[in-house]
Amino acid sequence: MDLISNLALGFGVAFTPINLLYAFMGCILGTLIGVLPGIGPVATIAMLLPATYALPPVSALIMLAGIYYGAQYGGSTTAILVNLPGESSSVVTCIDGYQMARQGRAGPALAAAGLGSFFAGCVGTLILAAFAAPLTELAFKFGPAEYFSLMILGLIGAVVLASGSLLKAIAMIVLGLLLGLVGTDVNSGVARFSFDIPELTDGIGFVVIAMGVFGYGEIIVNLAQPESNREVFTAKVQGLFPTKQDLKDMAPAVLRGTTLGSVLGILPGGGALLAAFAAYALEKKIKMKAGEVPFGKGNIRGVAGPESANNAGAQTSFIPLLTLGIPPNAVMALMVGAMTIHNIQPGPQVMTSNPQLFWGLIASMWIGNLMLVVLNLPLIGMWIKLLTVPYRYLFPAIVLFCAIGVYTTNNNTFDIWLVAAFGFIGYYFNKLGMEPAPLLLGFILGPMMEENLRRALLLSRGDWRVFVTRPLSAGLLVGAALLLVIVLLPSVKSKREEAFVED
Amino acid sequence: MNIKSQKDFFAGLTYLVIGAAFAWGATTYSVGQGARMGPGYFPLMLGIVLALLGTVIGVKALVVDVPDGDKVSRWVWRPVFFIVAANIAFGVLLGGLPSIKLPACGLVAAIYALVLISAQAANTFKLKEVLILSTILAAGSYVVFILVLKLQIQVWPAFITG
Repeated sequence: MDLISNLALGFGVAFTPINLLYAFMGCILGTLIGVLPGIGPVATIAMLLPATYALPPVSALIMLAGIYYGAQYGGSTTAILVNLPGESSSVVTCIDGYQMARQGRAGPALAAAGLGSFFAGCVGTLILAAFAAPLTELAFKFGPAEYFSLMILGLIGAVVLASGSLLKAIAMIVLGLLLGLVGTDVNSGVARFSFDIPELTDGIGFVVIAMGVFGYGEIIVNLAQPESNREVFTAKVQGLFPTKQDLKDMAPAVLRGTTLGSVLGILPGGGALLAAFAAYALEKKIKMKAGEVPFGKGNIRGVAGPESANNAGAQTSFIPLLTLGIPPNAVMALMVGAMTIHNIQPGPQVMTSNPQLFWGLIASMWIGNLMLVVLNLPLIGMWIKLLTVPYRYLFPAIVLFCAIGVYTTNNNTFDIWLVAAFGFIGYYFNKLGMEPAPLLLGFILGPMMEENLRRALLLSRGDWRVFVTRPLSAGLLVGAALLLVIVLLPSVKSKREEAFVED
Repeated sequence: MNIKSQKDFFAGLTYLVIGAAFAWGATTYSVGQGARMGPGYFPLMLGIVLALLGTVIGVKALVVDVPDGDKVSRWVWRPVFFIVAANIAFGVLLGGLPSIKLPACGLVAAIYALVLISAQAANTFKLKEVLILSTILAAGSYVVFILVLKLQIQVWPAFITG
């Protein structure tokens, strides 16, 4: 069977000692940073990207994938222990997880999160391996018109995730697209919006934007708040393992969360965050058993469901990236950047041209998941210690890593001036409630969208109807329109706002 | 006329200005037409879309009521200033600044400057602590970036190493 032989090839690559080491390092770093409040996977990957330059491409991507999962796990640890989501997809975990911790049941909550995530990760890996090949077949049917429509669908999907105003999120995407166009136009060689600055003719580095807006921006926002707003809680974690009743309660929630997360992860724009929110909503809808703790008061299902969902979603969101080359969220957008740095053009050809890389990455995801369970459960005590590091030591270190990271990308001081500017812009965005995540997505897709629009219209001789007359393209656009309608429906709209109140 | 949502009004204004600037800038390149797009086509289109979105957001902020006026909270300039300044000092010391004949001073000096300046962004600045922190970070960065990752960064000032 193809699936088996492919997975065998993958495990052959992933089980080399050096790749195991990088997967392990990625998991540790990711967990470490995911545990730190205020630094999500986006900033982490942006920060650690330069560290992977010197590695071979397979190892680099394996390490980055490890960081991604690690950040997911680490985020849930702080969400449960100190009510601080280390990253956005563990926001819902806070609701019931922290309540459990306050009742002295932090152990079962952490175990539920860890075991649920591991199960979801295993299923996600299998789905990824099984569906990657057929989806790649589909990808070869894609012409420029389909790609353009798919990107529209992806960007609209990203809007669903943004908190706050829909219009503002769309505007952020457009702004991102525009920023992505800065630099030399590939077709005409004209340097656009470069103001005769030689460094700008290569375009703005996405590491610069990511670190400026996310890294520096977040630090400035954090420091602008009074110190008392950063809550720290150092209760003893006792009794790691859940009781039999706990296991019985959480098992169906884990199954439901995994299913939901796997489906939502595949959709462009889905990913871990949406999966977690949807799973929590689903668990709340399911009828309570007699004597069960209500939601919001420490129900273990409220931890297990969303945590499984966000991990399954994290896993399957690699599908659109690896098969179509379309990043479904900001983290994946960074992975595209990482691939291009290593001279790999993400897309359907990766599977045939770099089978080692493709299947090696998939196999290492499962290994990464396993490592995370092994790493996380016994080391919880150590992670909590990290939280006692005062923020006043932490933030200069973060500023330093950002600055070094940006400089080493191009060995260019101009990028350092630029990142300072984007740091201020990040603060400005925050002040006016402008969500930066869609901007990063638009920024990555900008040049790709222009190129595909250009080709599609060239082939159709300037006829815009090409996007609706080709069935695949029309279907994708209908999907995008449906998403917009669904989000705008009053009932969903209020739910969505409710879900983001915690943000 | 009252501004109903301050945040949205200024956000809309920002989009309008940036969109208009991009659209105006795009017209200085050849725009072309659908079938043969020039370098100005796509940015002109996007610039107009952004400006329109900005206008809608801004007008909505004038018309639609929101509870508590959605005020822009107070700007806190201290972290902005010190973070940006730390960053600039880092760049200047690391790369040197030929225009004022400042030679490159290398990574270690740049790290000390960055940590010393950025630490003042918080109001809990203690010199001794920050000096210890910057020494740890400098040593750590040296090990990680120079010894392990072998990045090509100048470590010591140019006038010492020659």
